[in-house]
Amino acid sequence: MNQWDYVIVVYAITIAGTAGLTGWCAWTLRRAERRLEDAKRT
Amino acid sequence: MHGFANPTRFLSIARPLTPVLLWTGALLVAVSLYLGLFATPADRLMGETVRILYVHVPAAWLGMAGWTSIAIASLVELVWRHPLAAIAARASALPGAFFAGLCLVTGSIWAKPTWGAWWVWDGRLTSMLVLFFLYLAYIAIARESQAEAAAGRSGASRIAAIFGIVGAVNVPIINRSVIWWNSQHQPASITMGQSSIDSVFLWPLGIAVLGFSLIFGALVLMRMRTMLAEIRIEGRLRRKAMGATG
Repeated sequence: MNQWDYVIVVYAITIAGTAGLTGWCAWTLRRAERRLEDAKRT
Repeated sequence: MHGFANPTRFLSIARPLTPVLLWTGALLVAVSLYLGLFATPADRLMGETVRILYVHVPAAWLGMAGWTSIAIASLVELVWRHPLAAIAARASALPGAFFAGLCLVTGSIWAKPTWGAWWVWDGRLTSMLVLFFLYLAYIAIARESQAEAAAGRSGASRIAAIFGIVGAVNVPIINRSVIWWNSQHQPASITMGQSSIDSVFLWPLGIAVLGFSLIFGALVLMRMRTMLAEIRIEGRLRRKAMGATG
């Protein structure tokens, strides 16, 4: 493997992992806040 | 500090702060990764792989900072019974585990072209792996103690808090491991007030550490807000159930 290949793999894992975790946290937050709003209404 | 113990006051600060931290962090990370990939030179010894520095070091820093946050919040929970401290400790666990895992993965990929091996069982790598396992154990204990607390058993939350404080012993071990034991890993390049890293590498690294730290802060706030919402939902459902039976 070329040295650049290692660098690109590391950057790809970091960007995908950080974006994935952020997206999941935002999704669970939105879902919990929506459920809370529903619970307040009923 | 007790002024922030009120969840409503905390939420009024956390709601606008979350996107500010997230987008500022994302911008700084984008700038640092661009500089790391295209603007900084290759290293004399490590060649192009030195660019892994800009993600590996922030991941290592946040892996350790995450557990330090858990330990401090756990201490506040046990000593001052701060109602948000337990939530803050639990909210730090998942982002901390992610960055500890990212540190191990990026370090392993960096090790192959520089050391000729994906993994060596030396002090730094092993203690970092122990930190990752501690995170997994903490997440399991915190989830279990939350279920116990929901069932009305008081004191269950303390087990997670004590584990958080005891586990902090591993953080200075990681930090000092390259001094205490012979290691393939290089010694600390940045110590209090001085650095052996050339400024051409140091600036993008500083921006990356700051950017990833802001994202970490945003993730912790999002997890805290999620947990608070779930607690409130549970409280409402319980009151409703009691009203129906009463």
